Amino acid sequence: MELGLVSAVLFATIVAGTPLILTALGELVTEKSGVLNLGAEGIMSVGAVAAFAVTLNTGSPLLGILAGMVAGMAMSALFGFAALTLQANQVASGLALSIFGVGLSAFVGKPYESQTLSSVPPFKIPLLSKLPVLGHALFEQQALVYFSWVMLAAVAWFLYRTRWGLVLRAVGETPVAAHAIGYNVLRIRYLAAIFGGAMAGIGGAFLSVFYTPLWVEGMVAGRGWISLALVVFATWRPLRVMFGAYLFGGAMITQMFVQGSGLRLDIPAQFLSSLPYLATVVVLVLISRNRSTIRLNSPASLGQPFMPDA
Amino acid sequence: MWLRIEPRPEPSRLMRYLSPLLAVALMLICGMVLFLVLGKSPVEGFKVFFLQPMADRYGVAELFLKATPLMLCAVGLSVGFRGNVWNIGAEGQLLIGALAGGGVALHFPNSHSPFLLPAMFAAGALGGMLWAAIPAWLRTRFNANEILTSLMLVYVAELMVSWLVHGPWKDPDGFNFPQTRLFQPKAILPILVEGTRVNAALIVALIVLIIGWIFMNRSFLGYQMKVSGQAERAGRYAGFSARRTVWIGMLVGGCCAGLAGVSEVAGPIGQITEHISPGYGFAAMIVAFVGRLEPVGILLASLLMALLYMGGEQAQQYLGLPYSISKVFQGLLLFFILGSDVFINFRLRLDRGRK
Repeated sequence: MELGLVSAVLFATIVAGTPLILTALGELVTEKSGVLNLGAEGIMSVGAVAAFAVTLNTGSPLLGILAGMVAGMAMSALFGFAALTLQANQVASGLALSIFGVGLSAFVGKPYESQTLSSVPPFKIPLLSKLPVLGHALFEQQALVYFSWVMLAAVAWFLYRTRWGLVLRAVGETPVAAHAIGYNVLRIRYLAAIFGGAMAGIGGAFLSVFYTPLWVEGMVAGRGWISLALVVFATWRPLRVMFGAYLFGGAMITQMFVQGSGLRLDIPAQFLSSLPYLATVVVLVLISRNRSTIRLNSPASLGQPFMPDA
Repeated sequence: MWLRIEPRPEPSRLMRYLSPLLAVALMLICGMVLFLVLGKSPVEGFKVFFLQPMADRYGVAELFLKATPLMLCAVGLSVGFRGNVWNIGAEGQLLIGALAGGGVALHFPNSHSPFLLPAMFAAGALGGMLWAAIPAWLRTRFNANEILTSLMLVYVAELMVSWLVHGPWKDPDGFNFPQTRLFQPKAILPILVEGTRVNAALIVALIVLIIGWIFMNRSFLGYQMKVSGQAERAGRYAGFSARRTVWIGMLVGGCCAGLAGVSEVAGPIGQITEHISPGYGFAAMIVAFVGRLEPVGILLASLLMALLYMGGEQAQQYLGLPYSISKVFQGLLLFFILGSDVFINFRLRLDRGRK
């Protein structure tokens, strides 16, 4: 294989993996606090349409990202109200958020259906982008790609190197103990859920403003759900999220390259398109097969409601 | 002064049945506000969305037609939900059921057998069960989360439908449209009421509702599933198999969704296309919750959900609003039912004095 192709494949893999990293990192923090938010698909959809609409009307991708982030925070606050304040079943509330978000994005996005944005030029990092092969793939990317790396480091640092990260993990493991020593469990869980919403909103924004600068109904296409699976795959560890996201990004772009390569393969396009979904299933099976891996790594109170003073 | 929720000494039976009504009321209020925000008259919007679809005999028949796949899927799902088995892939199981049943129809284009339709339903049920068996097996054998695996298989099923109608099953005389041949008359469900589209699948659905009721309320197996779902440890202590709960929950869900798929392709559609279901498998989850996981409730809730679908069509036609407004209403309804359910186990208290 020639170097140009290697570089192109690497580049596309990183681009395809970025929305997954963003969303999965947010979900990871949410789950670390003991909250299972299955609404990532809905949040990404709403984030994507909000970012698209704002970017189209203002011409500023930065404002678009902010809009996606704020929309994601609002969505997850809604989830928090149902699942944390009202103590509704977290699984069902997350599903509700997904159904609602996908529907809302289709509704709000109707006037924008199939409109396109002008693509945003990449942000070249001086010197580094001149490196052979890797330079283009790693350092001529959109600013949000670098942001995803920064957030990865930030989340890892926060969770394992700061006092509040420790508190957040304590809330996820034994909320009763955290409550007993005076931490406000619900507030911490709210904040964690809203952070998750912000990240998923940005993930959605990346899709509609940078990845494919257009809006079509259903364009998130299961990436929210795949991100949820990624968190399990990563056994709730930030660095593995990145590894998993690029693995999936690779699975997603395979199709593009096989079709574009002119290889006359006798494989239906639909089969290639289903690869990321099948890969998700396979990966989940591989990682869940060992029950103790899951039990040791997942936050102990994941998905369980907590009622102060009850 | 804060509003505070506190646990009731005992769950309220009254609220269990009031909560769906409260949720519907909240959804209606939200809908009115939404119409207002969109610059439409709320009264006009309400009329177009909720009354107009039922204005004539044909409309009422359409309501039952659309409710049929919803109640089928919802009964199956509620069996699983009772056992805490989260099958959220009914949409995919419906599609595979439609492919299996439709495949039988396409394979016997000249059959005059009266058993053709029953064979299609049997194939559809098997297809749905097969698709649901995958997450069930992965869960029981490999401990893989059934929520994510069943959902991933929805996308795979959609792509499989797309492949078949674009490829091997495409109608050779169909001007290259992605659809199969029309089913022959013997493979089409008979119409129940002249001049409408409501068909024999409704009877199938009602029978399934009755079987579902017996299974959930009068069978030992149904009881076991309920115990396992509500108190896993109690179930395990009583020797009820958790694996069996997963298998039954999944297979029943898949079976019913498969039947729903056949009811669509052998009913109003009459062939296999890329648009077999407008998300019936997902909407059925809402139907199951609003219907309190009980067949009678599901019957009523499926009619309500059918009304939301039809209201969306009306709103598109007469108010110029996107059809997806139905999905917004569906999502709101699910949120509100989950929110109102809080009052089954908790009550609101004004909290004075203390911070």
